Amino acid sequence: MTERYVVAVDQGTTSTRCIVFDRQGRLVSVVQREHHQSYPRPGRVEHDAAEIWRNVRRLAPQALAEAGITAGQVAALGITNQRETTVLWDRHTGVPVGPAIVWQDTRTAAMVTGLAGEPGAAAVQERCGLPLAGYFSAPRIRWMLDETPGLRERAERGEVLFGTMETWLIWNLTGGLHVTDVTNASRTMLLDVRTLRWSAEACDFFGVPMAMLPEVRPSVGVLGTATTALPGVRIGAALGDQQAALFGQTCFSPGEAKCTYGTGGFLLLNTGTEPVRSGHGLLTTVAYQLAGEPATYALEGSIAVTGSLVQWFRDGLGLIGSAAEIETLARTVDDNGGCYIVPAFAGLFAPHWRSDARGVIAGLTSYVTKGHLARAVLEATGWQTREVVDAMNADSGLALRALNVDGGMTSNNLLMQFIADVLDVPVVRPMVAETVSLGAAYAAGLAVGYWPDLAGLRRNWHRAAQWAPAMDPARRAAEHENWQAAVERTLGWIRTPAVR
Amino acid sequence: MPGLIQSIERAAAVIRLLAAGSGWLRASEIGASLGLAKATTHGILRTLRHVGFVQQDPATGRYQLAAAVLAPGTRPLDRNELRSRVINWADPLAARSGEAVRVGALLDGQVLVVHHVFRPDDTPQQLETGALLPAHATALGKVLLAHDALSARDAGAGPLTAYTRRTVTKGAALRRTLAEVRTQGWAAEVEESVAGQAGVAAPIRTYGGLVVGAIGVSGPTDRICDSAGRPRAALVALVREIARAVSRDLAKVGS
Repeated sequence: MTERYVVAVDQGTTSTRCIVFDRQGRLVSVVQREHHQSYPRPGRVEHDAAEIWRNVRRLAPQALAEAGITAGQVAALGITNQRETTVLWDRHTGVPVGPAIVWQDTRTAAMVTGLAGEPGAAAVQERCGLPLAGYFSAPRIRWMLDETPGLRERAERGEVLFGTMETWLIWNLTGGLHVTDVTNASRTMLLDVRTLRWSAEACDFFGVPMAMLPEVRPSVGVLGTATTALPGVRIGAALGDQQAALFGQTCFSPGEAKCTYGTGGFLLLNTGTEPVRSGHGLLTTVAYQLAGEPATYALEGSIAVTGSLVQWFRDGLGLIGSAAEIETLARTVDDNGGCYIVPAFAGLFAPHWRSDARGVIAGLTSYVTKGHLARAVLEATGWQTREVVDAMNADSGLALRALNVDGGMTSNNLLMQFIADVLDVPVVRPMVAETVSLGAAYAAGLAVGYWPDLAGLRRNWHRAAQWAPAMDPARRAAEHENWQAAVERTLGWIRTPAVR
Repeated sequence: MPGLIQSIERAAAVIRLLAAGSGWLRASEIGASLGLAKATTHGILRTLRHVGFVQQDPATGRYQLAAAVLAPGTRPLDRNELRSRVINWADPLAARSGEAVRVGALLDGQVLVVHHVFRPDDTPQQLETGALLPAHATALGKVLLAHDALSARDAGAGPLTAYTRRTVTKGAALRRTLAEVRTQGWAAEVEESVAGQAGVAAPIRTYGGLVVGAIGVSGPTDRICDSAGRPRAALVALVREIARAVSRDLAKVGS
């Protein structure tokens, strides 16, 4: 019998990757291609959706060639993508009507401030489980419809289609199927997070014609069959990237959580089949939905500055030559020397949400060396994780028992130990670092019966490392108090909140 | 007697020039000072930057000598940097071999465990990153000693601590073993540090063949070795393949 495989396409912010996995969930081949980042004005970030599709069309056959397999050996394709990035295209020509507006783009900030004062704002936030923010797709659609002459009329006639990246790719792969999955749809501010259908009320609020929206499908379940790039291969799944990482970490039970540590941190906690509303500014989001089953929800807390603080320490202060050297420098001392760094570079995010805050280095004395500063940099990521976990525990009523981690910063041993110490739960790194693409592969393979069930996927999961909490409780409490005192000192720095 | 190598002389001249001053120099200034063609100057500077002897200001593109390079005790590769570079290769080694993986580097004659990946069977295991292992009694240590003349000289002076009855304790025997390791390109330990445990390791190299660490698997003797008590050929091949892959990665220009 010929061996069969699952392919994942990970359409990320800076690059697109195509990865072939085997039945044990092991990586067989990886190919990658970066795409152009366009910054036409301050605060604007754009991608060329056509370029991204060209990359996928080129990468998919390359990944098969590197693995030495044919499309006939591919059991399913899973797609995962940068979330909230918005593209509109012409239904008849398939050509984008403008650049894709990327999730980092802040052009809709002023419009969102205006929308916040309009009637119905509170109801829409309640319906979609998200705070009103320019971060999500709906304000971007509105901006494009407002700014492009004649576009709204064409959209109302059903001639212009909206999609996040997975929708755009599936449209192209299948030659015209217009679908999205519940996880991506839950990041638009247009989806009713309970019924998992487009909310007419939200569409009306944002002025988005419903004719342009894709059909909402479960994340796991055959969405269609590719006719290009991987002809004949079934598309078994689509998931937003952070949800895919949660799936790849096999966090299938309520109370299981993962945190991906990159330039920022994304912590998602599985809360089960009921959406949990946060009282602490966390996002309510769909984690995944298997076809024919109720959706599983998650609470999401993002930490704006984690790896980027290490980058600042390297590039801004020049105290280290590479990111990994921060651990070497931190180990030249035994503790933080009484020094705390709160990286509120653009204000404080979850759970504080204070735009008037700015970063501080607190507790400076002549005793403090660059080694202590390096400790404080790493500890900042630990304490920020603790704050999000505390908020999640309070919102969900579930006490986190272990934190699954992935991302580049997991190679920092000192940091992983510190996170275990301040959370007082084990921190676990899985064997496969590529949890985002693995999650998409798992979901796709599950949809076509390549893997039997969730339990079968769990059996593929192996622990590569585990850090056990070792900090004395009294010291943890004292350090936590110091951190909170440092956070206090960031508040109110911006006296007239700057327009962001 | 072979002649002198011109490109090394030129590289040395560039280093002398940068060491003489305290400011940042342009490539064109360096080329003009030494009478070198533009392409030659760029080639030399690019190579010196690759091996970490000069640094380039990202803003101005100018060069200066990397301060730490020539001080005694500096390492070609930071150990935490080594972990961050090896992590994506160590995981597949553990997955494919089914055994625990360790990456080591020498620290004062012992093996510092720089990175540890659990045996993928989800049994309870302790993370050993940061632990010290005896160099003469482990596969990792033998690989590292075999490529570090000073540490090998100290260890070869013997007598060496016996951890089991199979530990190599005589200096002469260790020297013979290390010579073998250099020839075959990998090392084994069979119940030399812990009874019932065996291991296989191979060198991690960077530019110019410089050994900056060792990567290996270890586990129960009956899993690592065949019925004759020799490390399984397929396992040795896998460890060497991964070690070569890491080395290729480390030696890449711009890394």
